[in-house]
Amino acid sequence: MLITQYTKGILLIRDAFEGKIQYFQVMDESGSIDQSLMPPELTDAKLLDMLKLMLLTRNADAKAISLQRQGRAATYAPTLGEEAVNIGTATAMRKNDIFVPAFRQHGVYFARGLPMRLFYLYWMGFEEGNMIPPEVHGFPMAVPVSTQMPHSVGLAFAQKYKKTGNAVIAYIGDGGTSQGDFYEAINFAGVWHVPLVVVIQNNQWAISVPRSKQSAATTLAQKAFAAGIPGVQVDGNDAIAVYKATAQALKDAANGPSVIECVTYRAGMHTTSDDPTKYRSEADVSEWLKKDPILRLKLYLAKKGLWSEQIEAQVTDEQKKLIDSGVEEAEAFKPDPKSMFQNLYSFVPETLDDELKDSEANNFWQGE
Amino acid sequence: MLVNMVSAINNALELILKENKDAVLLGEDIGRDGGVFRVTEGLVDKFGDERVIDTPLAESGIIGTSIGMALAGMHPIPEVQFAGFMYLSVSQIVNHAARYRSRSRSTFKVPMTIRTPVSGGVRTLEHHSESPEAIYSHIGGLIVVEPSTPYDAKGLLIKAARMEDPVLFLEPTRLYRLFKQEIPEEAYEVPIGKANIVKEGSDLSIITYGTMVNVAKNVIEKKKVNAELIDLRTINPLDESTILNSAKKTGRVIVLHEAPLSFGVGAEISARIAEKAMFELKSPIMRVSSDSLPYPFPGYEKFYIPNEKKVSKAIEKIMSV
Repeated sequence: MLITQYTKGILLIRDAFEGKIQYFQVMDESGSIDQSLMPPELTDAKLLDMLKLMLLTRNADAKAISLQRQGRAATYAPTLGEEAVNIGTATAMRKNDIFVPAFRQHGVYFARGLPMRLFYLYWMGFEEGNMIPPEVHGFPMAVPVSTQMPHSVGLAFAQKYKKTGNAVIAYIGDGGTSQGDFYEAINFAGVWHVPLVVVIQNNQWAISVPRSKQSAATTLAQKAFAAGIPGVQVDGNDAIAVYKATAQALKDAANGPSVIECVTYRAGMHTTSDDPTKYRSEADVSEWLKKDPILRLKLYLAKKGLWSEQIEAQVTDEQKKLIDSGVEEAEAFKPDPKSMFQNLYSFVPETLDDELKDSEANNFWQGE
Repeated sequence: MLVNMVSAINNALELILKENKDAVLLGEDIGRDGGVFRVTEGLVDKFGDERVIDTPLAESGIIGTSIGMALAGMHPIPEVQFAGFMYLSVSQIVNHAARYRSRSRSTFKVPMTIRTPVSGGVRTLEHHSESPEAIYSHIGGLIVVEPSTPYDAKGLLIKAARMEDPVLFLEPTRLYRLFKQEIPEEAYEVPIGKANIVKEGSDLSIITYGTMVNVAKNVIEKKKVNAELIDLRTINPLDESTILNSAKKTGRVIVLHEAPLSFGVGAEISARIAEKAMFELKSPIMRVSSDSLPYPFPGYEKFYIPNEKKVSKAIEKIMSV
């Protein structure tokens, strides 16, 4: 942590502190690994699982975009390019650790066993998609940026209060770290000393605003220091580095919260309503595509003889079946307008029931 | 026990903390200091600072972390020091506390009771005297309660703490120490969503809540009118049937509140009576409230809060039709 130096007589305001932030990488863009940094529990089988989950995330993503384009899904926020953050962190979670997403953590849901049907149901525009089974240990996406952060602190408080031994992971984007709720959350977490890991999924873009216009801070990880908690920066396109940092932070969470900034890139659009060509160049994008998180893990596993085009074709085929059946089940869903009234409170107030009955009796729900 | 509203709420909180091991209090200055109005006095000594928590000074953080605790199955009871400061946490209240259940079709619930002092008349600084009940009742998903007596305060708070819905519990500062009342020592509930007919009458109905209940009572006594006095106790959800029954019975209705006139609770009640009991009225519905202005500095509040004269004049007017 920081040591404050007291200097008598001389005021050194401009002699600003450059945050001592570690940048951590295990695997580079070519898929070469520093074996001395490799966590022993990440066996070849485990790495293959991670690659498959990253591919599943990408394939499910592509399907959702295509459904939106065909008018079969509502506005969708893709995860393209950010799969290593999703799967690296999710793989590090222990069985009962809890996650609180922003809205670009689809891979985390998949890794934690969310049924495909629910994923597509949500993006087709139905609240029923948020009926997340308890064994997923995750919460619905938060659309208002950063508002999920204080929830994660309260959840972590409850783990400590109830002595469950579980930790909480909260996700937030680079833009989200400009919000008041982000600062309030890490500040509360520091004071309460709760088992929380904050993952900043820095994808360089908050819709059209680049990271450079979001904060003058050299790193986003250093924001943790202001709350009195440790912060580290990792290569967010290196699933192994993300895994290792997260696993360590979760293990240490009993001793207090921490922040991990994962430096990644939003390779696609903000949402299906967005056109990134308006504000960023092709060159900028292609530079990042070389750092693609899936590409480098494939290269590494191919070198070991564990991955080939043939294997990939087979895996993709299996995943497409899973995705298609999820879509099919989601499209079979029939919304019941009564559910809007019946789930607002633990009871249906009389006045609200009158409104429900009025719509029902007059068949307004069948009208145009 | 003969207590004022501060002691009644303190007693309710103590019983809630005893009854539910997963209930916690959190807020600014609520521990050692006992809260700026001493509502939580002594509770930190009885339950420890893990359950009576002095938080950092951040309203959104207080409400947001409470939501997280509630999602984990606890029952947090956050205090926002003054309703005027609660606007810093409106995003959390409106976007999450009120909607979490609905957005997940009851898979996730937010059982929490937000306490905050409201209304004026105690000569405080700006932002310490707001009456924001209409704002929070408009959004849907949030139960809004406002007691006018020590008995109701204790019973409503205990009921709120046993519910699985988010409840906004508004405490009128002017009533905190205004009078004492005999109340039971043990836990009891006052139903939420049910208005109280304080006094039956046949000539007109005065529908009110919070600080204005006593004002109305005084005027009724002084003018010796045969008025029916209704204390809503719960603003949302509204006890429409009690309101309509009274309107139909007396045929004359005055809706009275301290909050400003426009787009307020009075408008809502008037509209419902107009829609469902119009032809049983003998006179147009009247609203008596403060004027459509932000709450003024204390030097001006006596010109702002509806006084007995204003209520008295309204009664004369409605009875003359």
